[in-house]
Parts: sequence; structure tokens; C-alpha cells
Amino acid sequence: MDGGAAELREAHRLAGHADRVWALAWNPAPGPGAGPVLASCSGDKTVRIWKRAPDGAWHCSDVLEDTHNRTVRSCAWSPDGKLLATASFDATTAVWVYDGADFECVATLEGHENEVKGVSWSPSGALLATCSRDKMVWIWEVQPGNEYECLSVLPGHTQDVKMVQWHPFLDVLVSVSYDNSIRVWTGDGDDEWHCVQTLTEADNCGHSSTVWALSFNHKGDRMVTCSDDQTLKIWDTSADLSQPKTGEGHESWRHLSTLTGYHGRTIFSTHWSSEGIIASGAGDDAICLFTEEQSGMAEGPSYKLVLKKDKAHDMDINCVQWCPQDPRLLASASDDGTVKLWELRGSLLD
Amino acid sequence: MVMELINANPVVHEKKERRVRQAPDTIDENAAEPIDQLEIFDHIRDIKDPEHPYSLEQLNVVTEDSIELNDESNHVRVTFTPTVEHCSMATIIGLCIRVKLVRSLPPRYKVDIRVAPGSHATEAAVNKQLNDKERVAAALENPNLLGMVEECLSPTFD
Repeated sequence: MDGGAAELREAHRLAGHADRVWALAWNPAPGPGAGPVLASCSGDKTVRIWKRAPDGAWHCSDVLEDTHNRTVRSCAWSPDGKLLATASFDATTAVWVYDGADFECVATLEGHENEVKGVSWSPSGALLATCSRDKMVWIWEVQPGNEYECLSVLPGHTQDVKMVQWHPFLDVLVSVSYDNSIRVWTGDGDDEWHCVQTLTEADNCGHSSTVWALSFNHKGDRMVTCSDDQTLKIWDTSADLSQPKTGEGHESWRHLSTLTGYHGRTIFSTHWSSEGIIASGAGDDAICLFTEEQSGMAEGPSYKLVLKKDKAHDMDINCVQWCPQDPRLLASASDDGTVKLWELRGSLLD
Repeated sequence: MVMELINANPVVHEKKERRVRQAPDTIDENAAEPIDQLEIFDHIRDIKDPEHPYSLEQLNVVTEDSIELNDESNHVRVTFTPTVEHCSMATIIGLCIRVKLVRSLPPRYKVDIRVAPGSHATEAAVNKQLNDKERVAAALENPNLLGMVEECLSPTFD
């Protein structure tokens, strides 16, 4: 459609948070006729909801405050777009409902010993996972009447767990940690959950420092992780670890590719768009975009940089998220207190 | 309550004489004023040791040479030397240096803090913790820890 080299154009700058912005979440189902809806959470202890008006301008429609009394580290919308979960350094996870006028906190999940760092809804919306500095991953079951029952407390990581994320359509959970490892968890259908694989530097070409984030591709057969070691790693996740092992024992996820030399400091966030573009945001204030290269079939897929946006923010970039309704719209959050919306223009194939 | 000191008898060094820096020649107010090693040292030399009434400079925990600066890439690295090899105060000292620099330097600066190689028994663990901004942010929301840091940064100790 529009030729020329790929370009990331700053379209909107959302100011309002009084401290660093840690994380972002696009509502996957904002409702019929509604435009995109973005949630952002911050060291200022609040969550802000951003909406696009019919004239294209963005504004903050709601500020969720007076619930968390410390940093809100991450947030996640349920798959039906009706619930927003927020994880805080105050050791709680809150669940909010939008009643058409206001956001109301309808549940507070307590149990972690200290800072909750990540929260994620399972693809069906029936389960919620949280992770914490207490090294644990918790699985919660959503019950009628805004009740949440803890199904499982999962030990395994030896240091704080930075993020949890479910597979896009399987009940397979991934956690990443300060202990440099990536763990894969599944249930046996009987509410018993266990670790089915651990990806480490020694055994799997894994990361050599803190793993900060992960994202699956649209089909769920690839995963990208990013780290303090300044690399991104691509994993083949086509083996279905949610099924019982067949006996051969070689069904597992494996390392495919390491993207190194693109960021000069810790990579805090990565997100895979529905069109197959991997975005990364880092402590060097830059955003990078990568796509799979179609050549080199003998060695398997390889990934190339298509664009690097230096000085995308004035300070560290903590989160990058593609908009599900508009796959060429990227949101980024920074220590500089702002959220930016970027339009990807031009061709990625040259 | 009497607490046992980790290093009961530290070696105390003389404070260096303060050099007066030249005022810049340029009068362009919009020009970014370059920052030098000494300016960064001036920000951290008077931080009080967490367990002694002496400054980090007096205890040789930081020196001017322990500061590396690349002003073009906005990068600062401070290497400090705990007074004893197993000093459990190393994390607090590192936190104090980080907080002081974040409060003093323009936000464009990237600050790395580490203990001097070979100077601490759990060097890698201390360095990793001091440079994980999420852990630092969480630590500074802890009123006890923040209180200790503020006390060390309090300018009225001597």
C-alpha cells in the first residue's frame, strides 16, 4: 500500500503519570463500536485508562487510584475485555470491573509474601497467574461472584519472578526470572500444576542474566524472551507440553535464534505482533523491530532488524505493546513518565 | 540497643582539598553543560557511611578515580570499595550512591554502580542487585531502607 522504507512515527504522547510507567495492556475486546483502549500502570501507584475519541485524539478517561499503596508493576485485561487485573509491589493483585461509568475494584488477591510483579489471564479467562519477588508463581481460579481461589503455589525459581504469560490458546504458562531461567508450567487437568521444562543458559542456550519478559507469536509456535544480557532469544514452542509425554521424552521447546548487538543496555520488554513483527524496548531508550527472514532454510528461520528508533523516549523503555485492533500501532512506556503511540509506516520488505 | 559493628576500626583518610572548578566560557544558556568526573565525585564524596560517622571519601570507599564518565553517551559508572570483604552494608552504600546520583544528575544519564573487583565476597550478587532497577525501586518504597539511605545522604552529619 504505502511504499518506502519502514518508519516508526510518533503519533501521540500520553502524559499524566507522575512517576515512571512500568507496563501497558491493550484491551483485547473494547466492545462493539468502541475504539482501542489502553491501560498503563506506574510507580505513582495508579493505573490510567486511555481512549481514542472519534476525532482521533487520545485522552485519559479514568484514573484507578487509592487501591494499591505501592508501585503498580503490571496490568492485564481478561480475554473478554471486561476485567482488568493489576499487580502491585504492595503484595496484592486487584481485579477491576468497568460498570459503564467507573472502574470498581471487585477483588483483592492476597497471598504473595511481597512484591507482585506480573499477572496474566489464561486464554479462556478461567485462570489467573501471578508472580512475585517471593520466587513463587500462583495459579488462581476465577469463580462466580468475583471470588478467586488459589489452585496452586508453584515453587521452582530460585530468585524473584519477573513476569508470567500464558500461551495464546493452551493452558501452558511461562515464567521468567532474576535467576536467568525460563520455566514452563502445565496442569494435569486435576488442578495439579508442575514445571514441565526449564530453559537455562547451560542446557538450552538460554539467557546469561535476568530474563525480563516474553511474548508468543500469533500461532503460539514461537516465543521471544528478552534479558539483562542485552539479547533477545527466539524459541520453538511447537511441542505441545500440555499433553502427557508419549514416552520418547524428546518433546520439548528449543532455542532457535539469539538476536544480539542491537540494544546497548538491558532489554526490558518484547512483544510479537499479529503480523509477525517483534518489537523490543530497552534501557538504551531505543525501540527495535525485527521480522523473520525467509531465506536460509537449511539453518531454520533467522530474524533481521528492520528498524531501530534511537531516543524513542528520554529515559529507559519498560514496555512495548502492539495494539490488537490495529497491528501497525505500537505503544511504549518509559521511565520518563510518558506513554507514546507509534504508527508503523512503509514496507518492511526491502 | 548496642549493635556490633561490622568493621569496628576503619582506617580514616584525610578529605581531599576541594578544587574550584572553572566557570564555563560559553554564555549560551541553552548549551548542555558538560559534566566532569570531579562534579560527580562532589555529589557522592560526602555520603555518610551507614555505620561510621565518616564520609565515603574519608573511608576511601569512593575516590575521584573510581568514577568513569562518558559524557557523550551519558554514561556514568561508579566503582566503590567496601571497607571489609564481607561488608553487609555494601548494598546500602550502593543504594545511597545511586539515589544521590539520580537526584543530582540530569535524567538522561545512565548510572551503573558496582563494587571493586575482588573487594567483596558476594560481588556478583551485590552488583546484580544494585543494577536491577525494579529491585532498587522496591527497596526505596521500604520505609526502613529509605530511612537509612536518607540518613546517609543527610548533609548535616559533620
